[in-house]
Amino acid sequence: MGLYTYDSTDIPRTERIPKLVAHLFEKTPEVESARAVLITESYKQTENEPMVIRRAKAFAHILENIPIVIRPLELIVGSTTIAPHSCQTYPEFSYEWLESEFDTLETRSADPFHISEQAKKDLLEADKYWKGKTSSELATAYMEPETLLAMEHNMFTPGNYFYNGVGHVTVKYWEVLEIGFGGIRAKAEEELAKCSITDANYQKKSRLLQAMMISCDAAVTYAKRYAALALEEAEKCTDPTRKMELLQIAQNCANVPEKGATGFYEACQAFWFVQQLLQIESSGHSISPGRFDQYMYPYYKKDIDSGRITREFAQELMDCIWVKMNDISKCRDAASAEGFAGYGLFQNLIAGGQNAEGIDVTNDLSFMCIQACHHVFLPQPSFSVRVWNGSPHEFLIKAAELTRTGIGLPAYYNDEVIIPALMSRGLTLQDAREYNIIGCVEPQKAGKTNGWHDAAFFNMCRPLELVFTNGMDKGAQVGPQTGDVEKMATFEEFYRAYKIQMEYAVKLMVNADNAIDMAHAERCPLPFLASMVDDCMKSGKTMEEGGAIYNFSGPQGFGIANVADSLYVVKKLVYEEKKLTMKELKTALLTNYGKGLAAEDVTFMVSEVVRTMKEAGQNVGAAEIETITKTVVAASESPQVKADGERILKLIEEVPKFGNDIPEVDAFAREAAYTYTKPVERYFNPRGGRFQAGLYPVSANVPLGAQTGATPDGRLAHTPVADGVSPTSGKDVNGPTAAANSVARLDHYIASNGTLFNQKFHPSALSGRKGLENFVGLIRSYFDQKGAHVQFNVVDRQTLLDAQAHPEKYKHLVVRVAGYSALFTTLSKSLQDDIIRRTEQGI
Amino acid sequence: MEEYMNTKGRIFDIQRYSIHDGDGIRTIVFLKGCVLRCRWCCNPESQEYAIQTMMVQGEPKIIGRDVTVAEVMETVEKDRNYYRRTEGGLTLSGGESLCQPQFATALLRAAKEHGITTAMESMGCAKWEVIEGLLPYLDQYLLDIKHMNPDKHKEFTGKSNELMLENAKKIAQSHMTELSIRIPVIPGFNDTPEEIRAIADYTKELANVKRLHLLPYHRLGQDKYTGLGREYLMGNVEPPTNEKMQELLGVALTASGVDCQIGG
Repeated sequence: MGLYTYDSTDIPRTERIPKLVAHLFEKTPEVESARAVLITESYKQTENEPMVIRRAKAFAHILENIPIVIRPLELIVGSTTIAPHSCQTYPEFSYEWLESEFDTLETRSADPFHISEQAKKDLLEADKYWKGKTSSELATAYMEPETLLAMEHNMFTPGNYFYNGVGHVTVKYWEVLEIGFGGIRAKAEEELAKCSITDANYQKKSRLLQAMMISCDAAVTYAKRYAALALEEAEKCTDPTRKMELLQIAQNCANVPEKGATGFYEACQAFWFVQQLLQIESSGHSISPGRFDQYMYPYYKKDIDSGRITREFAQELMDCIWVKMNDISKCRDAASAEGFAGYGLFQNLIAGGQNAEGIDVTNDLSFMCIQACHHVFLPQPSFSVRVWNGSPHEFLIKAAELTRTGIGLPAYYNDEVIIPALMSRGLTLQDAREYNIIGCVEPQKAGKTNGWHDAAFFNMCRPLELVFTNGMDKGAQVGPQTGDVEKMATFEEFYRAYKIQMEYAVKLMVNADNAIDMAHAERCPLPFLASMVDDCMKSGKTMEEGGAIYNFSGPQGFGIANVADSLYVVKKLVYEEKKLTMKELKTALLTNYGKGLAAEDVTFMVSEVVRTMKEAGQNVGAAEIETITKTVVAASESPQVKADGERILKLIEEVPKFGNDIPEVDAFAREAAYTYTKPVERYFNPRGGRFQAGLYPVSANVPLGAQTGATPDGRLAHTPVADGVSPTSGKDVNGPTAAANSVARLDHYIASNGTLFNQKFHPSALSGRKGLENFVGLIRSYFDQKGAHVQFNVVDRQTLLDAQAHPEKYKHLVVRVAGYSALFTTLSKSLQDDIIRRTEQGI
Repeated sequence: MEEYMNTKGRIFDIQRYSIHDGDGIRTIVFLKGCVLRCRWCCNPESQEYAIQTMMVQGEPKIIGRDVTVAEVMETVEKDRNYYRRTEGGLTLSGGESLCQPQFATALLRAAKEHGITTAMESMGCAKWEVIEGLLPYLDQYLLDIKHMNPDKHKEFTGKSNELMLENAKKIAQSHMTELSIRIPVIPGFNDTPEEIRAIADYTKELANVKRLHLLPYHRLGQDKYTGLGREYLMGNVEPPTNEKMQELLGVALTASGVDCQIGG
């Protein structure tokens, strides 16, 4: 260790890169059937063998037979689908949803896919085999009835792992680069040789090791197929430059990933095979490259020092990898697609930060990662940077320049919070210092962790709704009976009822997660993955059985700002100032503050009336139902209801809100967050690991908000809930520093599965060197106050148009025009138009 | 708490996270009341010392409130972390801060004594004793010079410019604060190369000027005039074009010999 230098000079983009990008997005992505057909073929031939062997053989069968392609001009090869930017399917996890959505896939709003008639036919045929054999079906069998009921009522959703693989992992890429799958296979062989057939765990361990060997061989076979294909194409190629490139590709794929990489180009190719193949073995997303700038650096350094490659060529190879990360896609069910909108696979790649000894190890490649994002300008990889007191200033300036483009990257992470937070969960100091981010915001130590980081989305607003209904939801007793809300005499009583509802819902969520966890262990062990995570080989346990050194389950709570504001409103208006009775508030919530009911709410209310009437022995026909419906609608829209709604909303508006740097309110939010984070950390998973809460929503705050009724903070029914730990959109009116101060007052350590803070800026806030300096200062100041993560939405024209249409959501949006800053929504229409025009022109 | 912290004054706004007036991330305190009546003024609600009612988006809004230095500092303190990271701090603006000399001085003193840097946007339109009294507490003086011709100055702002120009000289010679000159570039008033050159020449003469800013006219204050029931005297005057600003920047640069920039 010691001093090092880095090079931050910009490198131009080569002509190849935009061509590769254009090719990826020429057509609508497709769902292909090859993988599903091959895995089904293999499973049919391996009935009665140990599951881990069956999985390895299926993996091998897929890699030996799946169609392969080298796309035009590629330098890094390995494509999971023939059509670019497309996906395979994974029937072993679940398949029914796909069949039922065949006809709507191409026309749905979030992430549409094309699926050919032939592929539909293939999938329908393959799916016949899977009835009763999927991990999701087994998981359901492991769940309690009350858990299933709570899920039906949208209290939480563990959908991600319920229907898909787990993913959410960073493997030992560095080991593949160093010794290749040949070397890893040899380690497994060696370990097997040490076992005695009389060992208590021999059956389990020996089969796992054999499965690892099969998987390693399969990866090598796959690469050699590419070597052969490249050679074949080179022979046919008439362009001498491309011919040389193809010959080089053939040579690379013959060497890696079987052997260790001899240079940077081979390391890049080996990296990509690992990244790609993990996503063929399982449908889990958020397979995160992690500290790419660290494990690739030795190969880069060696080649640069010896003059074997230029910096420009190294950059082009990295750009090619960045493109490839967008070549893989995933078809999710319609509901999940909205929660994870944007086709993204959340392959989180992080640059900068400290090494195990606590020395900053930002290097040339860290800067080149930023450059690659500029060059490729696509959503993948999810690019992150680590920030600590020792981060080079220039690195953060370069990161801020990337933020300024409006791409939404990078996300910034605070070492000073994350390292101690991970240590509080049992990581060693050395491991914690080497953390990287998985998926959205979840920190862990690469190659040692099965973090189950995206275990569930938990909607913190739903238990609050149950307090008002004594645990009832749409006619069912979903939560405990916490009593008649109108009879709660003190705020403490009300708050206690909320905590009881929370604790109960958290318990059911843990039950759901552990059921799914068990199902993965039994039905979908992943031996290829296990070969690259410590200490599966030595412990003889798969990842799914707890073979990793660190095991966690991390379900995310969201809506914290809504809950904090709601509780505060109840405390102030109902109990302290007595401006509102609980009955009035309850009615206002039920009638959506007089702002009209959604069809589903009307249907439910009508069905309630009908049920009561039937119970009373009355006859209810079509005519009666129509009359009841009219009455319900008229009642919810009566002038009295509307007037009450307006009055109550105005009272609520005047209560201070989270996000405005008011210590009392912020302390309340901190406390409210504990109602989720503290119950969660009491529980353990079947892998022997602890539950740890996160506070972030991906984009689920929108679809899951649609399943949530009106809340006491003035939020209308079915509108989005607050995202992550951010204040409710439009409620933070004192600017970005005030919002950041408020958010920093939450406990980011206990939410050790990650917190997510979004801020919006106009590009002018980052203009010039001074703008960048101030921006970096803003990040550092938020981190000084122990925030864990922040990301920025630099607003573009589209956002401004939206702000014009919905000013209530953008009260805090500052724009700058020629030396003067103003709140955008306070300007006249014509001036707003002017600013929009200027934004468009980049003035 | 020391007595000066109880000094009272009248403000109409506090704006946090201001990044275009002075160094770093700053909190701007807008003092109410002004000696000039510039036709292009973008903060017409700042001009009267009296508390006023202005219609904002159809709702009446009270403009102006009386506060103590200690109360203002409570808000200023909230962003101390940001000042530290960016060399930011407190900025006084208005109005003309010098119209409330004791309050302005006490605010600047409070910031400095609590380790926060200070800046002030001002025309320098006050007795020299007033300015002299606050210089010990002022790190950056952002001084407006609008025109060199006294008659034209009077016609468009209501006051002649002799006192301000003289004060500019004294501020520069005091060596007590970092001085920047700001020129609002107003079409039909001072947007010819000759008029800008005259101010730039004077800037050179002043010596000890750190930077010269050209602030292009904008129409962001227009709605406020309507809200106050006043006529917007600028009519349909359009903001200067980018080309025009670039031309004037060139002129300013050549004549002043100091760093020049467009915008704050």
